Amino acid sequence: MEKKISILVVDDEESVRDSLNIWFTEDGYRVRCAENATKALSLLESDSFDIILADIKMPGMDGLEMLRRVKSMNKDAIFIVMTAFATVDTAVKALKDGAFDYITKPFDPDDLSHLIRNATKQITLVHENDTLKRRVDSLDNVEDLIGKSESIKKVLREVESVAPTNSSVIITGESGTGKELIARAIHTNSLRKFYPLVSVHCGALTESLLESELFGHEKGAFTGALYNRKGRFEMADSGTIFLDEIATISQKMQIELLRVLETKSFMRVGGNKEITSDFRVICATNKDLKSLVENGTFREDLYYRLNVMNIHVPPLRERLDDIPLLVEYFIKKYCTSMNKPLVTMEAAAMKRLLEYPFPGNIRELENMIERAIVVGNGKKIKVSDLPLGKDIIETNLESLDDFERVFILQILNKYSWNISRSASALKVDRVTLYNKIKKYGLKPVK
Amino acid sequence: MSAQHITLLTFGFFDKNLLKEVAEAVALGFRCEVVCKEARIDLGEYFNAGRRQYNGDRLLSVVGTLHLPDSMKTIGLFSVDLYIPILTYIFGQAHLGGEAGVASMFRLGNELYGLAPELLLQNERFIKEVIHELGHTFGLLHCYDVSCVMRSSAYVEDIDQKEKYFCANCYAALGFIGAVAK
Ligand SMILES: [Zn+2]
Ligand SMILES: [Zn+2]
Repeated sequence: MEKKISILVVDDEESVRDSLNIWFTEDGYRVRCAENATKALSLLESDSFDIILADIKMPGMDGLEMLRRVKSMNKDAIFIVMTAFATVDTAVKALKDGAFDYITKPFDPDDLSHLIRNATKQITLVHENDTLKRRVDSLDNVEDLIGKSESIKKVLREVESVAPTNSSVIITGESGTGKELIARAIHTNSLRKFYPLVSVHCGALTESLLESELFGHEKGAFTGALYNRKGRFEMADSGTIFLDEIATISQKMQIELLRVLETKSFMRVGGNKEITSDFRVICATNKDLKSLVENGTFREDLYYRLNVMNIHVPPLRERLDDIPLLVEYFIKKYCTSMNKPLVTMEAAAMKRLLEYPFPGNIRELENMIERAIVVGNGKKIKVSDLPLGKDIIETNLESLDDFERVFILQILNKYSWNISRSASALKVDRVTLYNKIKKYGLKPVK
Repeated sequence: MSAQHITLLTFGFFDKNLLKEVAEAVALGFRCEVVCKEARIDLGEYFNAGRRQYNGDRLLSVVGTLHLPDSMKTIGLFSVDLYIPILTYIFGQAHLGGEAGVASMFRLGNELYGLAPELLLQNERFIKEVIHELGHTFGLLHCYDVSCVMRSSAYVEDIDQKEKYFCANCYAALGFIGAVAK
């Protein structure tokens, strides 16, 4: 068990104490509150806290005096001062006296989580070596990576060795092999796991959308931009950014990406402030990047920067041993989510699966099982419940529009109507998908 | 007999289809019946003219007082901008391990951030936030699983990163496994 990080909140306003207490408790911290500095100091005699968050202006002893006393007891204490707009000058003084940072009331929720993350980062850095040692011999949260075949075990061993490092990773493999799951496994087994894993499906976005998506924009950057919007690189601060379908990005974006990877800093669209972000980058592609480099469509310098480590995910037909386990896993997943009793699979049906080449890999198998559970008799999955690649062709479609409608609906259902993911799977942008949904009057059905 | 359903309590107008979608997702997420009700109260009282927002702490208490013992949990659904004194805005909040929660649609639309509106995306975000806040009323804390609905989201696109479902750990913590057919 990892020790919970503890926070002491010191503020004379009850609503502030209550709100922060709830906020931090929900985030999994251990929280205590005190209504004034004197009470806080006496709490500190019997208990220790990793982070102290105190208001500057309090009746009796103020936050600055408390800071000085805390620092004289423990110079490493992480002390954050809260201040009203009018007292920012005092906050600056607090920084000189050794405060970790200050935050102005009322807080932007994102600023607050950012600040606390920075503080916890400082704390965890101290334990970093310990944690690293403990992590390497077991992978967490890889339940989705099913299999006992040699080839998947090899992938897991590679995940295990790259995860705790900060290296860039390129994950290669055919569509549907689960590259995103590998990225997730790397992230959740790294020291960055408490920070965001931000995914960008590069293939789904046009160049200008991708730019705003990656770098964000400032309020007023263009008509309708009423609020600042963070880009994905900024969101991934302290965490991991996962760039899927990296081979699809334009030459211009390749240059920009290279610059960001080199400097770890960028500007929002319409902004003039340099923003820095500490992220790890993981990419995925189903293309052979090396040959794209050779024919000049992918920059060589970018390739080398991204390709520090390479993990290749084998196609399903090369890991037949894993099919029964995967089948069992998907049956459990879909029966549970549809609230149905667990079904089994007839031996004949399993035999057919083992002979099938699975051009769509695990994703295709997953869809097959999901469909079989929907159409099946609720007890056993039979050969006739499995489409085995004939899904769309066999239905009665009369026109191209029909085909498009059915196909889009299938994809939407597959991704539970998650528009971003569906758009990315269809390789269109979200607006296009939204228009298609309107055009065909598509609705989620239960 | 203990209460078996969750109540969605709307404040102000909500699209019927959206409400139906939310109800279905909540029913599926918590394996229980869902009842929709309208709260007929004047929100003007909770408006802070200086901030041009509505007080989420006081509205959470209101939902608490409107919660009836025949229901397990009650969540207030809003389309106005909610704040609490210490934060500039909230998407929602709930009594941890309690009975009441609130969630607002207001900041979930793309158009607020200068992008083309995507109603479906906005609805999807709202469903996730409603399930998230209800998760808190069942005592769940924030979760580090990247796709779990209990992952905390401080800004709107963070919500898109997670699913509207609980991860296996949170699901187990809800203790509903027994409700699933064996
Ligand atoms: Zn929460
Ligand atoms: Zn979870």
